[in-house]
Amino acid sequence: MTRTAAIWLFVGLAGYVFLPWYMTPHGFWSFGWVIDPQGGGESGLYHLLSGRFWLVGPLLGILAGFAVLGIIKPPIARSRGFIITATAGLALMIAQGLLIKNAGRAAAEVSLWQPGMGAGAFVVALSLLFVLTSGISGLGKGRGDAFITSLIGLIVALVAVFVFYPMSFILVQAFALKGGQGYGISEFLPRFFDDTVWSLACLMGSGYCGAAVNSLVLGLSTALGTTVMGLAFALVFTRTAFPAKPFLRILSILPIITPPFVIGLVLILLFGRSGTITVYLSDFLGTEKTRWLYGFWGVWLAQMLSFTPIAFLVLIGVVEGVSPSIEEASQTLDATAWQTFHRVSLPLMRPGLANAFLLGFIESVADFGNPLVLGGNFNVLSTEIYYAIVGTVADPAKAGILSITLLSMTLVAFLAQRKWLGKKNYATVTGKADNGQNAALNPGMKWACYALALPWAAFTLVLYGLILLGSFVKLWGYDHTLTLEHYTRAFGMVFRNGVHFVGSAWDSYFTTLTIAAISAPLTALVGLLTAYLLVRQKFAGKDAFEFSTMLSFAIPGTVIGVAYVMAFNFPPIELTGTAIILILVFVFRNMPVGLRGGIAAMSQLDKSLDEASIMLGANSATTLRRVILPLLGPAILAAITYSFVRAITSVSAVIFLVSARHNMATAFIVGRVENNEYGIAIAYSAVLIVTMLVAILLLQALIGRRTLRRTDRVQTA
Amino acid sequence: MKTAMSASMVAFGVALSASTGLAEELNVVCSNEQAWCDLMAQNFEIETGIDVAIVRKSTGEVLAQLRAEKGNPKVDVWWGGTGDPHIIAANEGLTTASGVDLSGTVGWAQNMAEMTKGRTVGVHVGLLGMIYNTELLAEKGLTAPACWRDLAKPEYKGEIQVANPNSSGTAYTELATLVQLFGEEEGFQLLADIGRNVNQYTKSGSAPSKATARGETTIGIGFIHDMVSLKKAGFPVTIVSPCEGTGYELGAVSIVDGANNLEAAKRWVEYVISAEAQDAALQVGIYTIPSNPNAKTDPDAPDMNSVKLIDYDFMTYGATKTRTRLLDRWTAEVKNAGGAIEE
Repeated sequence: MTRTAAIWLFVGLAGYVFLPWYMTPHGFWSFGWVIDPQGGGESGLYHLLSGRFWLVGPLLGILAGFAVLGIIKPPIARSRGFIITATAGLALMIAQGLLIKNAGRAAAEVSLWQPGMGAGAFVVALSLLFVLTSGISGLGKGRGDAFITSLIGLIVALVAVFVFYPMSFILVQAFALKGGQGYGISEFLPRFFDDTVWSLACLMGSGYCGAAVNSLVLGLSTALGTTVMGLAFALVFTRTAFPAKPFLRILSILPIITPPFVIGLVLILLFGRSGTITVYLSDFLGTEKTRWLYGFWGVWLAQMLSFTPIAFLVLIGVVEGVSPSIEEASQTLDATAWQTFHRVSLPLMRPGLANAFLLGFIESVADFGNPLVLGGNFNVLSTEIYYAIVGTVADPAKAGILSITLLSMTLVAFLAQRKWLGKKNYATVTGKADNGQNAALNPGMKWACYALALPWAAFTLVLYGLILLGSFVKLWGYDHTLTLEHYTRAFGMVFRNGVHFVGSAWDSYFTTLTIAAISAPLTALVGLLTAYLLVRQKFAGKDAFEFSTMLSFAIPGTVIGVAYVMAFNFPPIELTGTAIILILVFVFRNMPVGLRGGIAAMSQLDKSLDEASIMLGANSATTLRRVILPLLGPAILAAITYSFVRAITSVSAVIFLVSARHNMATAFIVGRVENNEYGIAIAYSAVLIVTMLVAILLLQALIGRRTLRRTDRVQTA
Repeated sequence: MKTAMSASMVAFGVALSASTGLAEELNVVCSNEQAWCDLMAQNFEIETGIDVAIVRKSTGEVLAQLRAEKGNPKVDVWWGGTGDPHIIAANEGLTTASGVDLSGTVGWAQNMAEMTKGRTVGVHVGLLGMIYNTELLAEKGLTAPACWRDLAKPEYKGEIQVANPNSSGTAYTELATLVQLFGEEEGFQLLADIGRNVNQYTKSGSAPSKATARGETTIGIGFIHDMVSLKKAGFPVTIVSPCEGTGYELGAVSIVDGANNLEAAKRWVEYVISAEAQDAALQVGIYTIPSNPNAKTDPDAPDMNSVKLIDYDFMTYGATKTRTRLLDRWTAEVKNAGGAIEE
């Protein structure tokens, strides 16, 4: 403990003395300041000596830490000393950051001003945090394991800075009084329970239902549908001898790699009032051409397509993990295949089902693209929130209030999920000799799964065939002359004096891929480490901590986007207009998927595995790396895949954060759709889909499957 | 996992350090069509040698962003989109006077600058109109609409699509136009009557025109310049300029208050109001009416002289107070009065 603290104290001091305290104009990672020390690369010490007296706080924290190290000898007292000094240093640092916010050109005339924090400040804050956590571990918390307390401290700090801090800006707005003066509860309650939010009028057959009611019904239907569908796919993969599994696997995940609006557009072309299938049915069966697609059913269908893959990704690992020994034991005791599935396997899949349902619900209520295209007069919270911010009359208070409504629904879903799982033990991967064959499904179940999964896969295939076709025709839906024009306009290249990327899409394509490639592993890392803490460690406030990690995921991207602009446009953390803010928003927005998948998978790993490892002398870091992670292959794959894909396809969160220098593919596509240039938008989407597919297949080959037991076969019953 | 991490860190560094440059630069946020944004930026770069970074966002999104960034803006100039949000931004002090010489532009462009103390300058006009799908109209045996009042006919029940003025500036322009044409009482009565025929109030202003082109609805209301591009794309549609007269939007350009590259921003404003810059619009299928009388126009594009225009009062109907009042009334008397039937 003392050694760890000492190392971090030295790191902090070095950061204070040598690294540039503020963001340099060259960017965070640029080392331009090394050769040009006057170019904004001055250290904290330099700024302190040249008049920025408020920077003394963190230095005091570090120096006091050294004093503790040198003077206090008894371990407990020394730990307390570290805690006190580090907390004080951090508090002073945060206080100066929040108080002195003047920045930029206009502020240069004011004496109290500073730019956003840079590398030096980052290192100092981090080292103070780790001194604090090693002090806490010295008190015997977290089994006295500095790794565990540091991990908890780090993740709490990250969530606080990148989830709570920005969210507070939006939530405070909910209590703003009309006319812009002051805050209070007097307007909040009537608006919170307003008819436009909670009305049940549509059930009585008159008028519109409230947006919250619509969101709730839609969320539950989508969650239920995607979970059932995801389970059907997972069972087909793991418990049947279906011949074309790899092909089916690609089909089953295609929809998440589809940029927004594209699914809605294809559905319109098929089922809209003038859609191919609608016209066909009306010609041959004489049915009336209707606009049923615009409303609940259309949105639900599009969401089913979009979110089934998520349920599938969460469930496949869990279904695979159910131990064959237990199923064999059940069969030995003379249970039928159905009894085994119903009474043994299914209950063991509960963590997967619960997490898939929760994710489906949250994704559905926060979804923005599908309701926008297909919603018709069916209003949901996410679109209402978006237009409260960007509509003809901006009403940030309404956006705040509706966000709180949305969050409360998520909280209830989260609590219900916890209650359903209860305190049972779902561990089936125990490290004991575990061989055998997974029980095959009984014929009824097998055919039920086939009946659900195969038509759905075929439907997906048709949709993607149409998308591909759409990118090669002149005017989708009207003029089906084949052309390559859309591709050459978007991705044209000139080979003269080297290669020139002249197509209009290249810039955003490269930016998008870079940012997705950076954020995906980070997302998976943060998500899985958090899952490890939640499943394996005990600490105070764990439930609140778990819920807080879901916050950024549960809120529509638009709200997050605006919150990030409000929070990170000014010191202490000034990130707008950079690529870092895009990476951060993706990491913290997509982390919950890694987290849920990680929790579901880790619940299956028996604790005796960790204990055996620890007893053999490994510390918890080694246990995590050598025992837990290798058993989490599918969860890691799901997390990386999902976050990579989401970074490429999400639109609402980034619309406020993209800047001229860092534009994203989806912003580009939406712009083209707005301008009726469907051809180029679809061509771009097709290229993105192929890119993502290649990336996913590569990832699968790299990370591969875990070896749980010697044979992974299904009985040929 | 480890290699992926380190590889991504390297990429991270490259991505972040690649983003810097020392040449004179300008950050533009553009609310026009993407192709038009890109072309203008490219031409400006060639003309001035200033390095332009441009990004497209809708006017509502830009306004929300400018409010959030107030005091420390990251963009220098905001070009394009309907004029109302530009006027709101000017009134809230989010933008600053450009001081650019406007003598070469037409009257309405100069009026707009006068109204906002020079903070926003008109660059184009977009006229409001109707569009119908000829195939659907024939199939249903309906007569073609010619006037605003026609839209209230019972035969169009469930055939009309229009945006929701609470979310769309286009639909608000329509609301304000009818109120100015017929007076507030009669205007709202007409809106409610039309409302009984409306099948869907869309969120986005351009959605009704697109839905009409694709045959998802028979009649749509929107801006004529969007409709021209749909017609040119080959959809079976006819564009109608209502017989009673119609309203319009003023597209604008504004310099953001506290811009980091003020001089370059001024040159941008000077450039986009020049005839030479506005000529290029036709290359990318933009059919709005340019503010420079010397700029070229397309024969298919609407012409201000051949269309009956109302005297649109931007100051009154752009003010937040009037907007809130009219929108509340619209929600109560039009939206909740029925219509919007899904067949």
